[in-house]
Amino acid sequence: MPVLLATDVLVWLLVAAAAAYGLHCRRHEHLAAPWARVFRSPAAIASTVVLAFYFGAGLLDSLHFRPQLPQKPDAGQKVYSVEVLSVLDWTLAHLRGRTEKTYSAPLAIRSFAREQVELPGGKIAREFPRLQFGGAHLAKEGHWASDVGWRVFKGLGFAAAILLAAAIGMRILRVRWPEVPWNAAVWALGGLLVLLVPALVLSGGYHVLGTDKVGNDVFYQALKSIRTSLVIGTVTTLVLLPLGIALGIMAGYFRGWVDDVIQYLYTTLNSIPGVLLIAASVLMMQVVIDRHPEWFATAAHRADAKLLVLCAILGLTSWTGLARLLRGETLKLSELEYIQAAHALGVRGSRVISRHILPNVAHIVIIAMVMDFSGLVLAEAVLSYVGVGVDPSTSSFGTMINSARMEMSREPVVWWALATAFGFMFVLVLAANLLADAVRDGFDPRVRMAGTPKAVAA
Amino acid sequence: MRAILLPVFFLFGCAEVWNDPYPASDRGQKVLYSVFSERPKHLDPAQSYATDESQFTMQVYEPVLQYHYLKRPYQLIPNTAAALPELRIEQRGGETVSVYEIRLQPGIRFQPHPAFVPGNLTLDRRQVAALASPYGLPLGTRELTADDYIYQIKRLAHPQLQVPIFGLMSEYIVGLKAYAAALKAAARPSEWLDLRQHALPGVERVDAHTYRVILKGRYPQFQYWLAMHFFAPIPWEAEKFFHQPGMAEKNFTLDWWPVGTGPYMLTENNPNSRMTLVRNPNYRGQPYPSEGEAGDAAAGLLADAGKPMPFIERAVYTREKEAIPLWNKFLQGYYDSSGISSDNFDQAVRISLEGEPGLSPEMEANGIRMETSVEPTLFYLGANWLDPVVGSAMGGAAAERARKLRQALAIAIDWEEYLQVFANGRGVPSHGPIAPGLFGYRDDAGGINPVTHEWKDGKAVRRPLATAKKLLAEAGYPDGRDERTGQPLVLYLDTTTRGPGDKALMDWWRKQFARLAIQFEPRQTDWNRFQEKLRKGNTQLFMVGWRADYPDPENFLFLLNGAQARAKTQGENASNYSNPEYDALFAQVRHMANTPQRQQLIDRMVDLFRRDAPWIGGFHRKSFDLYHGWLGNLKPNEMADNKLKYLKVDPERRAAMRLAWNRPVLWPVLLGILLAAAAVVPAWLAYRRRERMAARPVPAAGA
Amino acid sequence: MFAYIVRRVLYAIPILLGVNLLTFLLFFVVNTPEDMARMQLGAKRVTPEAIEKWKAERGYDRPLLWNAQAEGAGRATQTVFFQKSVRLFALDFGASEDKRDIAAEIGERMWPSLALAVPVFLVGLAVCVSFALLMAFFRATYLDLWGVVLCVAMMSVSTLFYIIGGQYLLSKLWHLVPISGYQGATDALRFLFLPVFIGVVAGIGASSRWYRTLFLEEMGRDYVRTARAKGLAERAVLFGHVLQNALIPILTGVVAVIPLLFMGSLLSESFFGIPGLGSYTIDAIQAQDFAVVRAMVFIGSVFYILGLILTDISYTLVDPRIRLQ
Repeated sequence: MPVLLATDVLVWLLVAAAAAYGLHCRRHEHLAAPWARVFRSPAAIASTVVLAFYFGAGLLDSLHFRPQLPQKPDAGQKVYSVEVLSVLDWTLAHLRGRTEKTYSAPLAIRSFAREQVELPGGKIAREFPRLQFGGAHLAKEGHWASDVGWRVFKGLGFAAAILLAAAIGMRILRVRWPEVPWNAAVWALGGLLVLLVPALVLSGGYHVLGTDKVGNDVFYQALKSIRTSLVIGTVTTLVLLPLGIALGIMAGYFRGWVDDVIQYLYTTLNSIPGVLLIAASVLMMQVVIDRHPEWFATAAHRADAKLLVLCAILGLTSWTGLARLLRGETLKLSELEYIQAAHALGVRGSRVISRHILPNVAHIVIIAMVMDFSGLVLAEAVLSYVGVGVDPSTSSFGTMINSARMEMSREPVVWWALATAFGFMFVLVLAANLLADAVRDGFDPRVRMAGTPKAVAA
Repeated sequence: MRAILLPVFFLFGCAEVWNDPYPASDRGQKVLYSVFSERPKHLDPAQSYATDESQFTMQVYEPVLQYHYLKRPYQLIPNTAAALPELRIEQRGGETVSVYEIRLQPGIRFQPHPAFVPGNLTLDRRQVAALASPYGLPLGTRELTADDYIYQIKRLAHPQLQVPIFGLMSEYIVGLKAYAAALKAAARPSEWLDLRQHALPGVERVDAHTYRVILKGRYPQFQYWLAMHFFAPIPWEAEKFFHQPGMAEKNFTLDWWPVGTGPYMLTENNPNSRMTLVRNPNYRGQPYPSEGEAGDAAAGLLADAGKPMPFIERAVYTREKEAIPLWNKFLQGYYDSSGISSDNFDQAVRISLEGEPGLSPEMEANGIRMETSVEPTLFYLGANWLDPVVGSAMGGAAAERARKLRQALAIAIDWEEYLQVFANGRGVPSHGPIAPGLFGYRDDAGGINPVTHEWKDGKAVRRPLATAKKLLAEAGYPDGRDERTGQPLVLYLDTTTRGPGDKALMDWWRKQFARLAIQFEPRQTDWNRFQEKLRKGNTQLFMVGWRADYPDPENFLFLLNGAQARAKTQGENASNYSNPEYDALFAQVRHMANTPQRQQLIDRMVDLFRRDAPWIGGFHRKSFDLYHGWLGNLKPNEMADNKLKYLKVDPERRAAMRLAWNRPVLWPVLLGILLAAAAVVPAWLAYRRRERMAARPVPAAGA
Repeated sequence: MFAYIVRRVLYAIPILLGVNLLTFLLFFVVNTPEDMARMQLGAKRVTPEAIEKWKAERGYDRPLLWNAQAEGAGRATQTVFFQKSVRLFALDFGASEDKRDIAAEIGERMWPSLALAVPVFLVGLAVCVSFALLMAFFRATYLDLWGVVLCVAMMSVSTLFYIIGGQYLLSKLWHLVPISGYQGATDALRFLFLPVFIGVVAGIGASSRWYRTLFLEEMGRDYVRTARAKGLAERAVLFGHVLQNALIPILTGVVAVIPLLFMGSLLSESFFGIPGLGSYTIDAIQAQDFAVVRAMVFIGSVFYILGLILTDISYTLVDPRIRLQ
């Protein structure tokens, strides 16, 4: 039974909007030109490839359904589980189901913690037991090295094959768009494939990145966390944009008391310390959600509502920067002769805004959107860490860091969960930052933006 | 280059630790280093009710009785009293009353305190504003009298104090309720209310060192209350002193600055970072106990028998909110003992061949020792008696079905595994409502819950899942589907936990219910909403805990008393369990002395509980005390809070160990300096090249 | 100038009112005084009478925003909101819900906060400006390229990792500094080294890159070209002209932050156990101590507005062409 979560709807709407925008740009030369400039940068093209991987995982994780329970012969209607799964869960079912008892190191075949084991003689010893799933297919522990080696080799083979196909494909693309540095794309893709494909092949028999305290696969958790980051990074802008654009342009265009009111609004919002405002709003909304369990069919719906609310609150508290920029830009634009002329001709304000001002500030909006993304991803981690972030049942990098942090004081150190969260987050944010730089350079290198929402600055 | 490296070599030579969080002046002194995690809310003995507050209050305030430090089962002995109180049952005004007569030891003096200097009771605002601490004034003392104890009992009804036990005590102490009303009428805002002017009929002063407390009816548990800080002495001068203008603005209140007769006095009070207890010079020097349990002498716990306490000069409590720094500082030797967190359990503890937990070899080699004890606590999964699915309040066949369902769950939910995964074995699964170590608890074959466990080879073993499935089918849910509708059975758990560890916990719960093919839905909510649901009886399954106030089974059994039902009377019976037979037995048991007959009645109550299963299992928490070898005389005592006076430290040994464990590792510093130097070279070369070059085009701004 | 400042200060009043109303609403829409009382009183043996007593003692027994029972102006004034807000504007913060004087607490906790925030700010500024200057000096060489890459990489690491990693390496593995805690006076140095170091490192990426852009912009200007054409050494151009002129936007940008240093750092303070205002605020949120949260939000907004005014003034000081009306 398919399930539509609110954030799924928004994510897919955004995808559709992005596709429509892409088509629109293709038809209009002046809109396509800055994008062409962006994609002349090797860094931009490489980070696009990386981001495409993240978005792919996130989108797969945004198609939800409720699995059917085993049908009983006598029961008439179909019965569904209350658990909500996504297509990603379904593809990675082998990772999701295989939970060990507790920690195990990456690629380990024995548990990380000693356990009380009953010896054949009835005596009790304390030793590292074999894992239930990790390396369970090995007849002898000594086969571990050769098995891992063979799987890596197989993975690299697959990766090479895919890369070869991709390289050929790009040769064709190069004919069509010769100015794009396709080599960078091939390199980025190569890097991704070399890491990812062997990891996937290995994950068939092992926990590639180990398991956490209750034995869940860390690699799977990291993949699940991607969606949360993407939703926070994109859906938030969906809330932020209309507010920022409308209020910013109105303040700059109408001036007078409208300007005063809007300026008052954003000074007031800005003057409350960011984390406090976000924390108080999040706590408040959580109480509202928790008070009304009847609004939500399943725990997944409730967790999703909390994610959505977090996005909305982040959006509501961080539109001020964009509004301020747009206000300034609109002030400048409305001094221009042709807009003054439009006024003189008696053109209505709404028409002037939509025909003349909006198109001329669009580049600022695009830059703001791209630049906010990485800041929001980082903000999510901090907020979840502080305890005002996503629902604890939602995988996210923040919750991963939070639970992994305690492990650093163990001896020997359990480093893999933290390292995984670090790696996945670092690559995502780095790619987003590089792309944002290229976008800014391509559109308007002079726009100054403090790119980070309030929460992180604190 | 040499000039840079020289100071580094100099640093290598230092044989000193760099990461010592305490001032150098502390070194070599008999100081105890400990922690507190929650900022105390109240240090007023009438208002405080949290265990982490009593680690301060109970070193300063002395109730008349105390628990014997070494003997088990827990035993009350006199503290400031000359002997245990005499109890007389009398008839007064046609009613039965219990009269407790308490005689104090003469010659006990209060700690040095400004309140005892008459001149300090008439300060003006300016003088107060200039003070950094109340101890900046001239200090005095006086003898402890019965009036100080009486004053505190009167304070339990004080209109300006939040006294958690007022509701309970007004049921027993004669005239306390009316007294509270009278005080409320007499009180003037922001003025000191002198309780000496108002008489309370429930307490009588016999002479300077003797007083009586008069209770309605019988209440044998009252003697345990006499060992708690609610019944500690408060000198009226202290109240008057702290009521002077300007005191509250500086946080100089009785709630923050305790005044007592105990072995220590609180001289530094910074609840944000540090609290310091200093030895009270006026302390009478109570002798260290000379008797104990079997084995105490061998453990060296009687070596100081008869010596005057306390042994430690000063105790420094540092606030440590995060578990990681706490644990690391303990390992580095900067805390003398540590509450051990489950995450570090495997590092610290191994299960020995006998199945008993023991320290890991690394820690043993470092001289770290461990004590374990089961706390008088119970954490349980309650089923709401009023719920139509899991509750049996409706009676009839439906009630019987719900009972079978609860029993099935009680078998399927594997508490042994819960303790393994989430507490690393720091607890014992419960078989009944009473915690181990209390009268009424049985640890033999008869002590197991026959519904969920069976006795095999001298051990309790959980019954097989097949039994649970059979019960579930009898309850009308074969294979987790409702017979009548075919719909899957969905059960809801109300929780408040919202930390990041929740995901793991909820996954575990889901797994437990999945064993019976029951669908599981957690309903997480905040603390207030959770309490509200409990109050209104809107829950289905929920997890709560209880910690006993005193070592008497009544303190656990009353949690199931129908008259205490939370949804009806706001009592402590959170699952609203009500069974007339149980309630009748409870009425009998509560006022009995610990006789075999009482045990028999308790056994019957426990059997009823097991059959009805209003709580679907649970566990008693175990505390692990880890402490360093230089700390002596430590024995876990779950009832006594005034433990500081018994402890001793060996500062020389501590200093040597700290030095051995904390030698600074300097190669990274050196490496850092070398790397920086290495980076300078190419920069210098590039600089030279650049200097020689002519002007060159400037690249576009941006990356 | 004076008139301008007076106007700005007057303008601050409606903003502070708005801030106050917003925090009040956020707190009380779902969290009734009764909830707060239960939270503070704990779970054991709580009676309805105790809750009433708690509310009455702290002035929560009035209606929240509108008192229908009162007469005339009393309808608006005999409310929790009015009673609590009026005091704030008189800078009387009252006592926290657990009855500690908030002003005394702030006075105590301000110093550890400043001891951490001021060095992070000053050292951070010095390090970032120097680093940016170096990159600008070596512009268009591999040093500049790698500098920028390093900056972007450092920006992409969450602050949490800096803190966790720093504590693990410097304190746990190498025993160089205490892992957490705080002492006043000279001892503070040992405790502050790590948080200051981490604070500076975490800020290098974003700031250096930003300053570098400013320097490069300045270098592209005509007067710099002229200076260079005159044969001035690169070093002299950089320090004599570029640094001086580029410092103006840097400093005026930074002035707004200075008052906020008082508020302390939420993350560092709670990680390193520093008893400053940042951890005070976090504790208050967790304990739902409305009195403290309200006071801290109020002070935060005052400092923010102060920062705005200071920024404006600093503009006029560095650039005489700008006049404040």
